[in-house]
Amino acid sequence: MFKRLHDTATVTITVDGQPVRARIGDTVAAALLAAGIDHCRTTPVTGAPRAPYCLMGVCFDCLVTIDGVGNRQGCLVPVREGMAVATQIGKREAGR
Amino acid sequence: MRTADVVVIGGGIHGCSTALHLALRGLKPIVVEKDYAGRHASGVNAGGVRQLARHVAEIPLSISSMAIWERIEELVGDDCGFDCHGTVLVAESEEELAGFRARVEDLHLRGFSHEELIGRAELKRLVPAVSDYCPGGVVSRRDGAADPFRTTQAFRRRAVEKGAEVIEGVRVTGLVRAGSVWRVETSDGPIEAPKVVNAAGAWADRIAAMLGEPVPLEVIAPMLMVSSRVPPFIQPVVILRGRKLSFKQLANGTVVIGGGHLATPFRDENRTVLDWSKLTASARTVWELFPVMREATIVRAWAGIEARMIDDIPVVGPSSTSEGVYHQFGFSAHGFQLGPGTGAMMAELIATGATNVPIDGLGIGRFAAR
Amino acid sequence: MTSAADLSPSYDLVVIGGGPAGLAAASLAARVGLSTVLFDENPGVGGQIYRGITSTPIKNGTVLGEEYWAGGALASEAKVSGAAIVTGATVWTLDPSLAVGVSIAGKARLIQARRVIIATGALERPFPIPGWTLPGVMTAGAAQTTLKAQGLVPDGRTVLAGCGPLLWLLAAQLLRAGVKIEAMLDTASRRNWLRALPHLPDFLLSPYWRKGLALLREVKAKVPVIAVDRLSAAGDGKLKEVVYGTGGTEHRLAADLLLLHHGVVPNVNLANATGAAHRWNERQLCFEPVLDDDFTSSVPGIAVAGDGAGIAGGTAAAERGRIAAIAAVRALKPEASVPDPQVVRQKLAREEMGRAFLDILYRPADSFRRPEGDTVVCRCEEVTARQVRAMADTGCEGPNQMKAFLRSGMGPCQGRLCGLTVTELIAEQRGLSPAEVGYYRLRPPVKPITLAELASLPIGEAERKAVER
Repeated sequence: MFKRLHDTATVTITVDGQPVRARIGDTVAAALLAAGIDHCRTTPVTGAPRAPYCLMGVCFDCLVTIDGVGNRQGCLVPVREGMAVATQIGKREAGR
Repeated sequence: MRTADVVVIGGGIHGCSTALHLALRGLKPIVVEKDYAGRHASGVNAGGVRQLARHVAEIPLSISSMAIWERIEELVGDDCGFDCHGTVLVAESEEELAGFRARVEDLHLRGFSHEELIGRAELKRLVPAVSDYCPGGVVSRRDGAADPFRTTQAFRRRAVEKGAEVIEGVRVTGLVRAGSVWRVETSDGPIEAPKVVNAAGAWADRIAAMLGEPVPLEVIAPMLMVSSRVPPFIQPVVILRGRKLSFKQLANGTVVIGGGHLATPFRDENRTVLDWSKLTASARTVWELFPVMREATIVRAWAGIEARMIDDIPVVGPSSTSEGVYHQFGFSAHGFQLGPGTGAMMAELIATGATNVPIDGLGIGRFAAR
Repeated sequence: MTSAADLSPSYDLVVIGGGPAGLAAASLAARVGLSTVLFDENPGVGGQIYRGITSTPIKNGTVLGEEYWAGGALASEAKVSGAAIVTGATVWTLDPSLAVGVSIAGKARLIQARRVIIATGALERPFPIPGWTLPGVMTAGAAQTTLKAQGLVPDGRTVLAGCGPLLWLLAAQLLRAGVKIEAMLDTASRRNWLRALPHLPDFLLSPYWRKGLALLREVKAKVPVIAVDRLSAAGDGKLKEVVYGTGGTEHRLAADLLLLHHGVVPNVNLANATGAAHRWNERQLCFEPVLDDDFTSSVPGIAVAGDGAGIAGGTAAAERGRIAAIAAVRALKPEASVPDPQVVRQKLAREEMGRAFLDILYRPADSFRRPEGDTVVCRCEEVTARQVRAMADTGCEGPNQMKAFLRSGMGPCQGRLCGLTVTELIAEQRGLSPAEVGYYRLRPPVKPITLAELASLPIGEAERKAVER
């Protein structure tokens, strides 16, 4: 869906355990889009897949689990080397 | 001039329940509600349907109410989201558990058997997510929870179907005796009726004052917060006594956290200001009691405006000054469960002049004596 | 980076949002000596219009255009002004006593302000078409954000749909960055032209008409522009086709990315949750706070500046921020010398000129604001238009009752993506105006916080002392 105008990816994060290259200055949501992910979560109501929608902190469709904490807005969190991102399935969050 | 058999002031769970039960007895009630039915505490409370840990004076009302809750769909045509997984009062120390044991034994001596002392193993079986430091507690197995706004609306709807009238956005401005009837002055013109029920919640003291019957009513706004949907992990409602907590996961996965920490109410503006220090205390309690909740997100917090009496039990029964007027308010943050039964009792009292449900100790006269 | 523990327990002025209004306000106040902190939840300042202004990898000045680069001055000015600029800081509550709840890196603080300026800007108007929740459907603003902040552009078959100045600007920016756009589906009603005509003279005097015309020409030269009155996104689990039509015709266009936009509306959540009065703006089809000439709301001490005060654009936002800041300085430090607000107001009036023409010309058609059938209205709780309409028919009178009945607006976005739609649907079903129906009563936290974050809030004197430096 998206490509980088400049190939400047310099850090590595993991997405569901797989390494993904990202650029310092990426948010998690941007890194996921650049990596070509299909979706970043499924909804807690019907299980429908969702991907980032607004990228400005208002829609909450880019919710992902970051370093073990669920329900984080991927579009507001900058990537860091070694960051572990996980697709959020349905109601996942408590006790994780 | 509008006329009715009974004017019910207040469209909360109590006003709507009383109206329904009056209509079922063939009387014509008019409910006068200043906002809309369920706008305040009745619509936004934690939804606990609990007999557990109640003051002895209100246990009969609570038990009669429970019988109605158990066939709520028959009565109002909606299951009200009522589910029945019990309420568990968790003891946080051996000392606290000893106190609970004494109460349960006392209740048994009085003939009430709904409360049951449980040890560590049964507590863990009922509430697997609870922290290991808790040595036991008390369970009331028939208790449950319901959706408060839906319940209040269901009572309102069925009352109307059965012949009640509900006037919303209309405020009562005066109460005067006009011969054999009461003339209820409202912002939408007067209504005459031989009987009046004061179910005006946090505003009920103003109605009582119109009758020359001042009561020590405190306006309170218990705070609640709710999490986003999380996987199911607990069925009963959990409450604490030493620290303030009520804790309930709804069928949709959200967790409602309350327990009586108070916001600042502004009853003339229908507004409350939350106290984040107290909500933080609440969050810390949950942090300790349910470690599984630590990373859950809190999506909303709010407070409903209601009335608390100085002795924490409601005012239920006839006015002490005014023939034909009945009080039904001051439920002190635990009136939701009592709504169905108190409405039925009140309708019986108004229609027949007597009731089989003991309401001794709940009369307004108790304040005059002080 | 500033941590929660680095914050003072109180500030003269707390500014919430680091777009043009917030940056201008914080700079002006801090320069004359008010202790000022600016919170922004994003990794950097700039807001949406100047997104990534201090860090963008886009070095070619023409791609984003000269208006974008003008934001650099605001950011540098704020940086040297003496204001504490705290990014990655999410404000989750503001109450009428001016206590501000903020979370930074998982730690919460309550900060006491003497004045607050809310500068949380705008968000894109909800665009509820069938399929708008599919992966592969995004807002135009989202594509602009990744372009500005990350140098990330659409790849594959890209379709733009909707109306409004920002959609044309994005198309031009993407074209300049070398992106191919399959089609631009224009949803603006032809009849808008006639209604907008009386406001044309004003627009011709504004700085925008020349630039606007040039943009239109630039895009039309390279992209087929198709007028549509029906639009949906189709696909199984992700976007496959954009389906559109006019009258009886229907066309299907294979697509990997559909970018939607039909205008922006004030982000009212924080102001609404403080209890500030709001009113319906029929020309802009949205709720906006009720403000005085200094942009002060009905809650004493709280001002709302920028597009959050009603949509007027980035340069106007900066002037509004300055006016609100001047009022704060005059209240807290009357001896300080500030610019003459009348001069700023004149500048603002010039910036706002021509707005009426654009609002009417790009007024989104009713059918794109008031969906039917199974189209999702509330994305969080997956509530459909049919459900909302049916509930309104059975007696549900307002958005707050709708929340209780259907859970619309009860998810994490707190109604940001469904509030206006729900209000308009109830209004239509019940034959009322949106002003009569009203909006959601919003509850704090206006952004979700974890239980752990809330538990971390220092309470009691000892705890507060321990974090105060």
